[in-house]
Amino acid sequence: MSVVARNLTWGVPRKTIVSDVSLTAAPGETLGLIGPNGSGKSSLLRLLAGLKTPASGRVEINGQDIARVSRKALSRQVAFVQQNAATDTNVTVRDVVRLGRTPHRSALAGWSETDETAVAHALARVDMTSRRAQPWQTLSGGERQRVHIARALAQTPQVMFLDEPTNHLDIHHQIEILRMVRDLDLTSVIALHDLNLAAMFCDRIVVLESGTVRATGTPAAVLTRAILRDVFRVDAQVSGTPDAGRPHIRFSPE
Amino acid sequence: MASDAPDAPGDGATRLVLFLCLSLVVLTIAVAAATAIGDYNIAPRTVVLSVTNELGLTGADIAPIEQSVVWNLRLSRALVAALAGAGLAICGAILQALLRNALAEPFVLGVSAGASTGAVCVIVLGIGAGSLSLSLGAFAGAFAAFALVALLSNGATSGPNHTILAGVAASQLFNALTSYIVTTSGNAQQARDVMFWLLGSFGGVRWPDFQLLLAVVIGGLGVCIWMARSLDAFTFGDEDAAALGVPVARIRLVLFGVTALLTATIVSMVGAIGFVGLVVPHAARYVVGPLHLRLLPACAVVGAVFMVVADIAARVIATQQTVPIGVVTALVGVPFFAIILYRARPQA
Repeated sequence: MSVVARNLTWGVPRKTIVSDVSLTAAPGETLGLIGPNGSGKSSLLRLLAGLKTPASGRVEINGQDIARVSRKALSRQVAFVQQNAATDTNVTVRDVVRLGRTPHRSALAGWSETDETAVAHALARVDMTSRRAQPWQTLSGGERQRVHIARALAQTPQVMFLDEPTNHLDIHHQIEILRMVRDLDLTSVIALHDLNLAAMFCDRIVVLESGTVRATGTPAAVLTRAILRDVFRVDAQVSGTPDAGRPHIRFSPE
Repeated sequence: MASDAPDAPGDGATRLVLFLCLSLVVLTIAVAAATAIGDYNIAPRTVVLSVTNELGLTGADIAPIEQSVVWNLRLSRALVAALAGAGLAICGAILQALLRNALAEPFVLGVSAGASTGAVCVIVLGIGAGSLSLSLGAFAGAFAAFALVALLSNGATSGPNHTILAGVAASQLFNALTSYIVTTSGNAQQARDVMFWLLGSFGGVRWPDFQLLLAVVIGGLGVCIWMARSLDAFTFGDEDAAALGVPVARIRLVLFGVTALLTATIVSMVGAIGFVGLVVPHAARYVVGPLHLRLLPACAVVGAVFMVVADIAARVIATQQTVPIGVVTALVGVPFFAIILYRARPQA
């Protein structure tokens, strides 16, 4: 499914946070959103996922304006993974993944075969099947993130939005999570902080600056020395890696 | 307390049904005991026959006075206690989920403070000139407080902490108003009456109270169970619930409204009985797990049993004296709760 944003604008009183943003994610594509703190990545992601309503502009998912789709119907197609989701409730891994079936179930409907299959597949996809009875509280940060991705997968979405899914994870788990997301058979839009990870795993990247789109294109096209200097205010060397032509950024200490 | 996370979802359901059946048996016994025990005790056989007589099932020869005490005084009282316990426990469970706060309880939205202000307006200031009952005044006050909280928290659509703070502000305001009215009126006896009423008592409740409360509790429980799945989706917060397709603002407003209505009805009838709404949901969660489709019915029966037992204790502890029920719920509840807390402590 494709995701198309047309002229999105959103803000809080006296401050525009997302200003006239248009972008497209093609079906199956992994699209990265990068930008410095306060550039509007998280807000844009929430507008795209329908969690915030734009002041103007619209979002189309597979050609349909999401403002015309009910919250529940939208959640059957679109999943959202927030960063560092937490709870005090004593739930198991399985309980959490089962929550992903919420948009598919009516108020008092029983647990169907379809629900069970979706949960089993989602758990298997993130390699947590054997841990399904474990209390969520006892999981490590990386495992929690995997469980949340499994919950999103249990929604059987065609589009997934992830807000900095690798925050607070060590490098092994950062790569593991992003590799998993990239290999999923769906369209995903990921807000990311780490520029090298964005370069490694995204098909295309949108660079945000002060709520507007500064550049859009393949990692090699947008991660240029000029953009790094102007948008991120760092001096860096950008070199192409020999394997896939993906850029590698080396920051200068001075 | 790792739930055993059944692979076949039926397992948990069987456990719940067993638990509910057992609790209902215990509840029946507790209600019967509450009907038998009192200033003078009535034999269990007489209790049963009095009830069946009233229901027209038997025509046994029972002293009219005993039959009247059983039916008109004690049975209605025990059943109101059961409903009040069920209602408060449900409200506690709902508010703990919506506010994502383990300390949330039915009075967190300022309802009891508002009820006390409403009550003193009627008792001390004489508003309504006798045409308003204490219950009606308390109900109006409770809803005024809830309206203020709803206003301060944008129709309860702001975040949980915002709503809790609004509740604290409303409680402080209405408690201050109550104290102001009581202290400036200078009537110590009236102040004592209000104080006593606030701590809760089932004395004086009759069948019409039961009918009203039954309608409100059944209706409230129905709405809450209808929304139980959506409540589960709040586990990781409001935004997460929205991402799971839950109409967050609507659910919050409806459920806050239902809890306010339930709490206001109960408080205006029997006073602000504390502790039940805080503790029973935790106890029930310990037995049936955190999912609300199971938790809410479990809270209802556990709350009912707890309140009936507390009412028995209130009458047994001090004969010829009436110990406020709110005092007993805490005295009976704390040791019991301590055991759960101890057993559920994190195994670090």
